Order: sequence, then C-alpha cells, then structure tokens
Amino acid sequence: MFFDSFAEFLAMGKHGFYVWLCYGITALVIIANILAPIRQRKKLIEQQTRLQRREKKNASEA
Amino acid sequence: MWEALKRLYHRMGSPKWFYEISARWLPWFAIPAALCMIVGTVWGLAFAPADYQQGNSFRIIYIHVPAAILAQSAYAMMAIAGAIFLIWRMKMAAWVAASIAPIGASFCFIALMTGAIWGKPTWGTWWVWDARLTSMLLLLFLYFGVMALQKAMDTEDTAAKAGAILSLVGLVNIPIIKYSVEWWNTLHQPATLKLTEESTMAMDMLIPLLIMIVGFYLLFATLIFMRTRNQVLWHERKKNWVKKLIQAQAER
Repeated sequence: MFFDSFAEFLAMGKHGFYVWLCYGITALVIIANILAPIRQRKKLIEQQTRLQRREKKNASEA
Repeated sequence: MWEALKRLYHRMGSPKWFYEISARWLPWFAIPAALCMIVGTVWGLAFAPADYQQGNSFRIIYIHVPAAILAQSAYAMMAIAGAIFLIWRMKMAAWVAASIAPIGASFCFIALMTGAIWGKPTWGTWWVWDARLTSMLLLLFLYFGVMALQKAMDTEDTAAKAGAILSLVGLVNIPIIKYSVEWWNTLHQPATLKLTEESTMAMDMLIPLLIMIVGFYLLFATLIFMRTRNQVLWHERKKNWVKKLIQAQAER
C-alpha cells in the first residue's frame, strides 16, 4: 500500500476531490452502460410475450 | 486459414448463430473484464507510487487513458462495421455498428470528463482549445451524429447507410487525434504508451495501466455482445426461432 493510513488514501494528498470525482463519474457511466441493455432486453421480451398472447387469443376467437 | 476465415465471416452474418454463440462467449469476457478492472483500480489507486510532479492526481490516468484509447478504437471498429454493411450488405454489421455507437460515445465522454477534471489541478484550467482536446470533442460529436443518423431516416436500411457513411467520413479525425500532440504541441502531454518504443513510465505505474486497458477492452466486448443480442432479437422477432425463444422465456 502506498498510503500510510486510510484517511491519507481518501485525501490523495490534496487531490482527493479530483481523483474521486473522476472514478465516481466513470463508475456511473459504466453501470449505466451495463444496465441499459439488460433493461432493453427485459422490455423487449415482455413486449413480444404480450404480442404472442394477443395473437394466440385472436387466432382462437377467429 | 483463408477458408476458415471465410466460414467465420459467413457465420457472423447469421444472426441466429451469433445469438447462440454469444451466450456462451459472454461470461468469458464479462468475468475477466470485472477482474481486470477491480485489480487495475485497486492497484492504481492504492498501490502505485505517486507521480513526482503531479502527485496523486496522476491516478486519474488509470481511467483516462484506457477510455481515450477505447473511444478511438471503438470509432474505427464502428466505421469498419459500417463499411462491411455498405459493401457486402451484411445486416449484422449494421447492428454491430449501432451497438458500438452509444458505448463508444460513453467512453469518449469519460475521457473528456476525466481529462477536464485532471486538467484543473495539473494545468490550472478545466478546458483549453488545445488540438488534442478539440479533436476528442469532435469525436464525441461524431458519435452523436452517427447515433442520430442511425435512428433518423425513413427506413432502417437508409438510416444504417447514412450512419455508416458519416462514420467513414469521420474516420479522418482518428489520425488527427493521434498526432495532435505532436503536430501542435500546446498543452496536452505526448503519448505515455508507445507500441514501437519503450514506455517512459515506471513499471509499477505501467502494469496497472495495462491491466486497466485490457479490462476496458473486455468490458467493451461484453457490452457489444449484450447490445447486439438485443438487436438480433428485435430485428428477427418475426422469425420462428425468436418466437420460440420468447415463448420459452415466458414459460419460465
């Protein structure tokens, strides 16, 4: 470990604000990029399932 | 060798084949990506020594440089996928290009943001119209332009074509970004990593950076797979194999 204490690690020698802000923004952007396709997939499958049910219903009524 | 490549190319053109194989490939990219990024971040933040000039703010390099490298290579890959779509009319290539655009834009945004935040303690300013910074900002706008075109047109086919053409035109910006620090030596420092020469960086600073770059590339591959799989499901939703797949999902 480069730092002597956890407090020093957080402080980053006066640069804590800049360093942690960068890592925070990056983490947020990466998480958003992982969640977006997962949500999109869920939505797509739900929507197609609904469509299939409706088609089935229509077919049985006709 | 040539025959094998040709076979792979034809298979890649098959959405069903891609969908099935990518499910198996995904964990082999996602898990190493997470491992590399965790190891690289902890090493870079807590164990690498501080820079003798910049102090601890230099630790921003572990996300800034990988994000910047990836923003550029993602753009080149998007343009190549666009060219494959234009020349051989391979639909999968257009879907891959559409998957890459938002991911590349995200990495470009990370590179610009972390660069600005790093600039404040190092240069005393968030932003200057330095050649490197300006050409990276242009790259972000190119990404936005390509994304807008991919969604804009009347039919999906013309939209994909327009996006591909803009991404190919914008390709001239990539060498400009690369050589900007040499042609106009204003503020941004020259490259730390060079393929042909030995790096100017100390080993215990360099190794975590290389790990982070590998991690970012693996994450990028993972995200492309995830997005392209959705593209396949959407575009092939009327095909029998997707209908069956959706049915199986609903029954679970």
